[in-house]
Amino acid sequence: MTAVLGGRPEGVSTLHFAMDEADGIDTRQRLVVIGNGMAGARVVEEVLERGGGEQFAITVFGEEPHGNYNRIMLSHVLAGEEHEDDIVLNSHDWYADNGVVLRAGVRVVRIDTHAKVVHAADGTTTPYDQLVIATGSRSFVPPMTGLYSGEDQLLPGVFGFRTIDDTRAMLAAAAEHDKAVVVGGGLLGLEAARALQGHGLAVEVVHAGTHLMNQQLGAEAGAILAKSVEALGIVVHLATRTTEVIGPDRVRGVVLADGRAIDADMLVLAAGIRPVTEVALMSGIEVERGVVVDDQLRTDDPDVYAVGECAQHRGELYGLVAPVWEQAKVLADLLTGTDPTAEYHGSRTATKLKVAGVDVATMGISKPERDSDEFLVISEPKRGVHLSVVVRDDKLIGATLLGDTRKVAYLTQAFDRGTPLPEERIKLLVDLSDGAAEVGVAELPHDSQVCNCNGVTKGDICGAVAGGCGSVGSVMDTTRAGKGCGSCKGLVKQIVEWAADGDVVEDPTASWYVPGIPMAKPELMAAIREQGLLSPSAVFAALAPGGAEDAKSKMGLTSLLRMIWGKDAVQENDAKFINDRVHGNIQRDGTFSVVPQIKGGVTTPAQLRKIADVAEKYEVPMVKITGGQRIDLLGVRKEDLPAMWNDLGMPSGYAYGKSFRTVKTCVGSDFCRFGLGDSTQLGIDLETRFQGIESPAKMKMAVVGCPRNCAEAYVKDVGVVAVGNGKWEVYVGGAAGASIRKGDLLATVDSPEAVMELSGRFMQYYRENANWLERTYDFVPRIGLERIKQILLEDSEGICAELDANMQQSIDAYTDPWGQDGKAPATPGQFRTSLPLVELPLVPVR
Amino acid sequence: MNLTHDDVESPTTAPAKAGTPATEVTDGTAAGVRGTPHVVGRVEEVPPGEGRAFVAGGVQVAVFRLRDGSLHATQAACPHSGGPLADGQTDLDVLVCPLHLYTFRWTDGTSPGGAAPVRQYPVHEESGRLVVTV
Ligand code: SRM
Ligand SMILES: Cc1cc2nc3c(=O)[nH]c(=O)nc-3n(C[C@H](O)[C@H](O)[C@H](O)COP(=O)(O)OP(=O)(O)OC[C@H]3O[C@@H](n4cnc5c(N)ncnc54)[C@H](O)[C@@H]3O)c2cc1C
Ligand code: SF4
Ligand code: FES
Repeated sequence: MTAVLGGRPEGVSTLHFAMDEADGIDTRQRLVVIGNGMAGARVVEEVLERGGGEQFAITVFGEEPHGNYNRIMLSHVLAGEEHEDDIVLNSHDWYADNGVVLRAGVRVVRIDTHAKVVHAADGTTTPYDQLVIATGSRSFVPPMTGLYSGEDQLLPGVFGFRTIDDTRAMLAAAAEHDKAVVVGGGLLGLEAARALQGHGLAVEVVHAGTHLMNQQLGAEAGAILAKSVEALGIVVHLATRTTEVIGPDRVRGVVLADGRAIDADMLVLAAGIRPVTEVALMSGIEVERGVVVDDQLRTDDPDVYAVGECAQHRGELYGLVAPVWEQAKVLADLLTGTDPTAEYHGSRTATKLKVAGVDVATMGISKPERDSDEFLVISEPKRGVHLSVVVRDDKLIGATLLGDTRKVAYLTQAFDRGTPLPEERIKLLVDLSDGAAEVGVAELPHDSQVCNCNGVTKGDICGAVAGGCGSVGSVMDTTRAGKGCGSCKGLVKQIVEWAADGDVVEDPTASWYVPGIPMAKPELMAAIREQGLLSPSAVFAALAPGGAEDAKSKMGLTSLLRMIWGKDAVQENDAKFINDRVHGNIQRDGTFSVVPQIKGGVTTPAQLRKIADVAEKYEVPMVKITGGQRIDLLGVRKEDLPAMWNDLGMPSGYAYGKSFRTVKTCVGSDFCRFGLGDSTQLGIDLETRFQGIESPAKMKMAVVGCPRNCAEAYVKDVGVVAVGNGKWEVYVGGAAGASIRKGDLLATVDSPEAVMELSGRFMQYYRENANWLERTYDFVPRIGLERIKQILLEDSEGICAELDANMQQSIDAYTDPWGQDGKAPATPGQFRTSLPLVELPLVPVR
Repeated sequence: MNLTHDDVESPTTAPAKAGTPATEVTDGTAAGVRGTPHVVGRVEEVPPGEGRAFVAGGVQVAVFRLRDGSLHATQAACPHSGGPLADGQTDLDVLVCPLHLYTFRWTDGTSPGGAAPVRQYPVHEESGRLVVTV
């Protein structure tokens, strides 16, 4: 839990790559930034973009040990929708690469504005010429009794929601607990509540206001929102506060102002934020609610600036990121001298609920303020929809969209740009004609901001398309549009489509079967068949751009060729992954594992004795019962493989390949008092029939004797369940690995033979149509169960006979690789060690 | 989600710090400086497109014969986490380590995925013999 986000594997880096330490002559000015959050890092980026790397030796202090990450996305991380690694904006390496010194994990305590140095908590002093304060905010901790367990220590089970560390702590606690109370019914509170609910917790929200999101919504909309939130199963308490935490060792519950008590194991504080101003205060810089700055973002000290949530500009404090971007631009213009007259005049804010399960978007004000303001409301409390706009002098100055945010893109533009509004104001909220959306995109001004999180304009997107980005994905990669909260992705896609004039490619490579050959699987298979290409090198020569081979495409091609040509495919060992070259799974120290075939998980004393002897003879470091009902001999030297196979005299279990793996079985009707069918025998027969068949990804099966499902057939690529009266259910697309999915019932058939035929037909259809490395749990939903049923059960495409025949061809091509290569190596030195001087094994011997 | 796919497209674990030797490897002579040539084996011992490991004057090296016939030699253990590079896959541009699939360019040994660069050694053929200079 202590991993450094965006860090180097060694941990926190305090890199000193500045020129002054290298040669002692750095004539650049020293720019020091306090705070490595969204504002601080953005200032550095903007300065670098203006060539400031040559002007300034830049040092950034960050109290958090991490690189710079997208704080907005913490809601998604908490909801489990995003991995924490994917929210890193600038890693430690980025700082190093750009010559910026990152003092991560170091808090600044005080600035000496006379001596022009900053004092850090690690005792160091760092001189500056220009200084930027970007210390952000922290969670507000509302007063209540029993909240603290020590001096400054929050009671275990109490969490703020501000940093990745907060988020990690909440995720860890959510895994262990059942009940959470969230204090605060604003944006952050609702996002936290929904995210925690997603982890299976019962969640109650306690909100002091009379309606939810009272900062953004009017009372009527707030009431509708409360209903929608409650409909999701989140309990909402309004107009009350938590006055006491029930402890004493950890959170056991809370007491409300009206005396009610609520049980809880987690208490999340999302009742607002407070700017972090201690550094400025301690240093004699003017602070009111925030650090006071002028239109040039300067504090009352001419060389000290402040940006972001800690800054108070024209009496306003912001709690959103869009103002941060605007401020960073202005400040960078000033610091680098790009525009010495640049000024910041405040921001108008718009906001969206991201992960709350209810669509809410708001901008500007929520109700009319002057008599002349126009106010249009559509309220459908039953449907949970409430839409309103406020128009002043023909300009949109506020909008609230609740329960239906289809018009958000259009309204955001009208709000940001002050673009002319339709005469019939109702059109602002309702599409009265079709195709309005496309017209909208075309009409958007070039410089209107599309992605507020990353400050990307329509022009930037069009520029990327003009510059050769042909897909939505590549535009997003180049511009970073859509990579913040993600709510603008739809609009980005529309603009890309419009800019490319219908010429958008799905990400071209995404549809290719392997990265090195620009063809989708059906096209590639047709070309291979037509041109009679039997080996990977022949395929590259004929079909790859410039005939160039591609290492990362080889494994997929080898598999495909084996599927198409069976025995006739020409084997090229360099086109195989090492596992397939030596028929074992490579281990972390370069040794291999040996998993003999044990059909259906049924073995014999003789087999066990054989395995035991071999394990002793070759000093196998670990013998393990696998999750696939067989025995794994781990840590075997490559050189020993052929001799071991020979001594074992058992065929390969293919535990290393993208191929048919195992059939797990239960004891079934022979022994189990509930058994409805002979699952054990059927499992053995299935494994015998399909052994070693290569496929786009692993294919695992199980057969169980009754729906108690002891061998987990519901979660296999193909799972078979005896249901009595000689009937068997066949499930497909199940998984219980990295993804968990119950298989879909393909059919109920009435004999073991029918099971064999149908599973074979399904697996062949999968082999011929799945993308490389696409497991059935992705494949089945992609194609759709209904379609698969039509094709395989009703023969709607007339291919069943061909599928059956093609599968038979592959079955006929089976040879046991251990029996074969064990006797005569496929290539010289096939089993030579590849780390000749390393003492093996490096894995622990048990 | 398709974990498997990601697995193959990009490295799965973060690269180790630059310059960390994966195992105890004797340093070869720095590039540009003439080293000592060692005959390590015969060309046929390295099948086309594959790699094989040898010891050249106490230094373990992986020798590759690409499909265009060209020879390349690298340190035997992957700079990322000690993987057996001779078990990797190749094309004319890169070498792919079998453990976490970091790639290394033949041109300069650098890794587009961000691992530390792999050390390369001069290698040539002399009447069917493989000669590696370390
Ligand atoms: C040995 C075993 C664990 C054990 O000690 O029990 C195992 C070991 C490995 N599994 Fe597994 N899996 C084993 C059963 C499973 C199971 C359970 C099962 O088969 O009933 C699953 C969940 C079922 C499934 O596949 O959906 C399973 C889901 C995975 C996954 C996730 C696949 C996915 O897409 O969800 C991976 C990763 C991958 O495929 O890239 C994986 C990958 C691996 C690899 C091959 C990792 C690797 O590439 O090196 C491990 C190889 C260790 C070795 O060197 O032998 N293993 N693995 C099990 C061997 C079963 C066998 O006899 O063949
Ligand atoms: C869960 C969550 C969801 C959000 N969702 C949205 C959203 O959807 N839309 C939106 O617009 N905004 C959203 N926000 C708000 C947005 O994240 C902030 O507006 C933005 O991060 C402000 O940037 P900042 O740099 O001012 O502050 P921060 O990002 O908080 O950065 C301040 C940094 O300064 C460091 N620091 C403080 N004191 C010191 C010191 N003395 N020495 C060294 N370092 C110090 C802190 O450790 C911190 O890393 C969300 C915030 C959270 C927490
Ligand atoms: S669960 Fe992970 S670590 Fe364990 S065997 Fe499977 S892949 Fe390896
Ligand atoms: S050891 Fe990890 S990529 Fe080589």
